[in-house]
Amino acid sequence: MVINTENLTFDFGKQTVVKSLSLKVPEGSIYGFLGPNGAGKTTTIKLLLNLLQIQEGNIHIFGQELHSNRLSILSQIGSLIEQPAIYLHLTGKENLLNRALLLQVSAKRVDEMLELVHLTNAANKKAGQYSLGMKQRLGIALALLADPKLLLLDEPTNGLDPNGIIEVRELLIKLVNEHKKTVFISSHLLAEVERMATHVGIINYGELLFQGSIKDLEGMSKPSVQIETDNTADTANFLTRNNITVSDVNDHHIYVPYTSKQQMGEINALLNRSGYPVYSINKQHKDLEKLFLDITQKA
Amino acid sequence: MPLLLCLLVFAGFYSKSAQLANEPGVMLWIQFSGAILGVMGSLLLPMLIVFIGYSVNSIEHKADTWKSLFSLPIAKLSIYSAKFLYALFLVFLCLALFVVFTVSFGTLLGEIKPELKFHDYSIAGTLTQLYFKLFLSSLGILAIQFLLSLLFRDFLKPMGIGFVATITGVILAANNWQYAYLFPYSHPMLALRSLPNHKQQTPANGMPTITVDLFTKEILVSLIVAVVIFTAGYFIVLKKSVK
Repeated sequence: MVINTENLTFDFGKQTVVKSLSLKVPEGSIYGFLGPNGAGKTTTIKLLLNLLQIQEGNIHIFGQELHSNRLSILSQIGSLIEQPAIYLHLTGKENLLNRALLLQVSAKRVDEMLELVHLTNAANKKAGQYSLGMKQRLGIALALLADPKLLLLDEPTNGLDPNGIIEVRELLIKLVNEHKKTVFISSHLLAEVERMATHVGIINYGELLFQGSIKDLEGMSKPSVQIETDNTADTANFLTRNNITVSDVNDHHIYVPYTSKQQMGEINALLNRSGYPVYSINKQHKDLEKLFLDITQKA
Repeated sequence: MPLLLCLLVFAGFYSKSAQLANEPGVMLWIQFSGAILGVMGSLLLPMLIVFIGYSVNSIEHKADTWKSLFSLPIAKLSIYSAKFLYALFLVFLCLALFVVFTVSFGTLLGEIKPELKFHDYSIAGTLTQLYFKLFLSSLGILAIQFLLSLLFRDFLKPMGIGFVATITGVILAANNWQYAYLFPYSHPMLALRSLPNHKQQTPANGMPTITVDLFTKEILVSLIVAVVIFTAGYFIVLKKSVK
């Protein structure tokens, strides 16, 4: 486990922001840390970086206790928290050079990073004139500068256009696959994380509601058969009369819990035989987005 | 800023050169540098320190970089002390510039208006000592202002506290309050105050020497305050959560 927390709890005054959180982030994973705004994601990341003092519980990163091994752990972490922290009066390149100086990284690496996040052309422009997406990319470059083993990214795709989001996603997948990094990425958008994450943790009101691999999450959603037909209400009644459970009906589709392929064929044949037109029939996983909402709203 | 102030005094002296022509070189220098020192010691130096303390920290507040700075593999002590040393260096630089400009403008005046006898006396050594004393006396304020600026994001709090304390310091020092030496914001003024007592010792050769007593008690208090606040500040930084 790269990150292992036990019973992590944090209060801001009377408000408990993080409740007995036990994160398990395996090595070489992209861990999507999901939750609505204000769920405690940023607080958790700040705790992981030792920016906030641990009040209860403990954190182990790379198998070492965080507080007593702060420097050796931090030297292997690159982070991006909320809006990227950039000196606006310096150019993008100067920002990187400045950080390179602090981290004792060669200046050559700065150019590589600029290249990587496609900022080479804007390298000598003041960071204050950067667009939100460019700032975000510069922030990612800063996080990657020291070639860390673990990346902690807090909503890194905030403010990026679709193209930028895809680029970041591909970059992260590449880092994990080719360079054996571990990425811990927080987001309030499941759709964004779902395409790259190998593991997911879902947090709301400071509590971890789900943790596991993305397959486990998908497993939680039972597939259903979606039938598109002309008169959904009549068709649904007909199916019910034939002892087939209908889970949901709307103006265009009928949903029936999926059991097997044979069942799907039988339903299709039954409807056709009885004169109900079937425009389409297919197996469907419950939308992860919906599942995410279910999980976060249940609590 | 040192340049501006020296220029002003330079201009003043230039225009009044006729009246000053009869003064001996020493008195000219004392008046010349005294005019600069007076403004400097009482009001400008503390305000300058407030501003330096603020600007060194505000750059991180503004760019919101405290969090990334503290998540780098750098000891908190290094970050804290590097910042402090830089502020210290800025104060030192500013005071050193004052010395340089005072001396060079004085000399320049002597060149332009030969009737002013600036050449008769060299004040550089004394002035250096004096400004060094001023520097030492400002350390206490610097440590306090530095910590305030580190803790508060905005300019108004450290500025307001610094301003009120400076005024109080000036009043205390001006009223010769017995315990003024315990109050850091009075130190620069006190540091200069102890001077006149030494000024008029006229030795046999007729050239008065000005001795600067470096380690007076306000300097010691200033140093102690600086060390204590600096250490306390480190522990505050250590415990403080970065939001």
